[in-house]
Amino acid sequence: MKGWLFTLPWTLGFCAFFAYPLAQSALYGFSNIRLTAAGRKISPVGWDNYAYIFQRDIYFMERLRDFFVNTLFSLPVLLVFSLMIAMMINQKIKCKGLFRALFFLPVVVVSGPVLNMIISEGAASIPIIEQYGIYGLIENFVPSMIAAPLTYLFSQLVMILWYSGVPILIFLAGLQKIDRSLYEAALIDGASAWVAFWKITLPAMRGMIVINAVYCIVFLASSEINEVIALIRSAMLDPNIGYGIASAMAWVYSLSVALAIGLAWFLLGRAPKERATHAVILLQRRGLDAIRR
Amino acid sequence: MPSAVKTYFNHKLLGKFLKLLLYVMLIALGFVYLYPLLHIIVTSVKSLPDLLDPSVNWIPTQLSLDNYKQAFEVMHVAATWLDTVLVSLLPAIAQTAACALAGYGFARYAFPGRKILLALVLLTFIIPAYVLMAPTYAMYSDYKILGTLQAAIFPALAGQGVKSAIFILIFMQFFSQTPISLDEAARVDGAGEARIFFRIGLPMAVPAMVVTFLFSFVWYWNETYFTAMYLGSHGSSGGISTMLLELEHFEQSYKGYLQSLSGWGAGFAGDSVANEAIKMAATVIAMLPLLGLYLVLQRQFVESIDRVGITGE
Repeated sequence: MKGWLFTLPWTLGFCAFFAYPLAQSALYGFSNIRLTAAGRKISPVGWDNYAYIFQRDIYFMERLRDFFVNTLFSLPVLLVFSLMIAMMINQKIKCKGLFRALFFLPVVVVSGPVLNMIISEGAASIPIIEQYGIYGLIENFVPSMIAAPLTYLFSQLVMILWYSGVPILIFLAGLQKIDRSLYEAALIDGASAWVAFWKITLPAMRGMIVINAVYCIVFLASSEINEVIALIRSAMLDPNIGYGIASAMAWVYSLSVALAIGLAWFLLGRAPKERATHAVILLQRRGLDAIRR
Repeated sequence: MPSAVKTYFNHKLLGKFLKLLLYVMLIALGFVYLYPLLHIIVTSVKSLPDLLDPSVNWIPTQLSLDNYKQAFEVMHVAATWLDTVLVSLLPAIAQTAACALAGYGFARYAFPGRKILLALVLLTFIIPAYVLMAPTYAMYSDYKILGTLQAAIFPALAGQGVKSAIFILIFMQFFSQTPISLDEAARVDGAGEARIFFRIGLPMAVPAMVVTFLFSFVWYWNETYFTAMYLGSHGSSGGISTMLLELEHFEQSYKGYLQSLSGWGAGFAGDSVANEAIKMAATVIAMLPLLGLYLVLQRQFVESIDRVGITGE
């Protein structure tokens, strides 16, 4: 009962600032809302708002698709880079703290207006990419369906990497938890560093990969330079479209993001033989000890 | 040379080479990360001739602080800095207090409905805030807190601020790792639950509080979407502007600034655009306090994730 008291403020806040607006938003999604001098006039319209989004609106579905395709391409790059950088920092190197601080710096300064300034300055990508004509290469040799997201990936490379600050730290914390003796045992058994990575590091990082994937999807989806959100917001303030359709759009967007998170969870979260690998290595180590004795 | 010594020597050489490669890669990647920031800072001190001269790339021929002076005035920094600090500081404090309370409750007590409430906390993280945008806007306008600081403080105080779910989980994780025996000792001595929370729980949770406060501060500072919507000016009401909001509509403000300089008669001034150097100077001004904060408290930020044991088993 005392626990109730401690969480009571949060519970009240949840009802007032989350549950109530959420219910309203669901209601708005099925209504037509007109702002008049006397206040808001709400009239139910059934599924009309959703029909409008799927059948008549030209921009929304297109931007929604672009967002997911771009995320599909950026997410692996983000995860691979974060893990790579985390592994490099985790080595015995000088100035470890400095490098760690450097890769985390973007997290502190990243914000919508700053990102927009950087992109409008053309500083969102490294000039080398343009100098070597990578875009031309992509457009010439890659099917057009993949070319657009690839071009996006390269033109926004630095910005995408800027989201990796927190994932790097999470990976780093996970790497430091791996038992060193596992690597030693693998080394004695003649495993190369390459094999040790696939058999020890990666399985141990599985949980972290899932956490980071979910984190990155949530952050990319709510980023301030996200085009879908910009569209929803302008729809909301546009008197010809209004709250009703904007709410419906927000619901379609959130549900698809939730679906993407679920998918990432399902695909990355399954643990094939994770335990088995560890067990085999442990057993081998015991066996070796026994032989030596 | 005996072959064993030779292999050993080769190994050592290979190790050295690999280490060198590691440093090269780290420095190269670090440069890629810093590239936009370096670009902004260098451009912000370029004078007009330097901007137009393609041979001037990284090192300006002269330091031009005039850009900063102009950007400072266009962004009304003298007037907005206090609001910017308040908009970040007060909700951050409120959020820290609210999340500590909720996290403590979840970690230290078993009560009916705890699991359900925790699931709801996660729900607030997954359901994006823009779903709630329209109704929240309408609600704030009904309560007449639109365009005031309260619109940011009230939700934070109720544990519904920017990304508060993360912070509640951080506090929960933290409190569940600290020993409960102290609580029990105090309880035996007759201390009430509130007293235990304030005298034992909170003092132990300083690291989690630091993390929550710093990240809340930074995230509230960088938040422009909802700040513009809930706190910004709407028609007649005053509204609050932050430095980042000023940065967002910098071009517009710049035109107004030029017009005010040349008097209302000079209509053609409305077409001129702020040059890159001034825009970058404005960007630096908006980021500078955060960069300073990070420089001083860098350790607190970076060690946050280890400190609160988010990856704990």
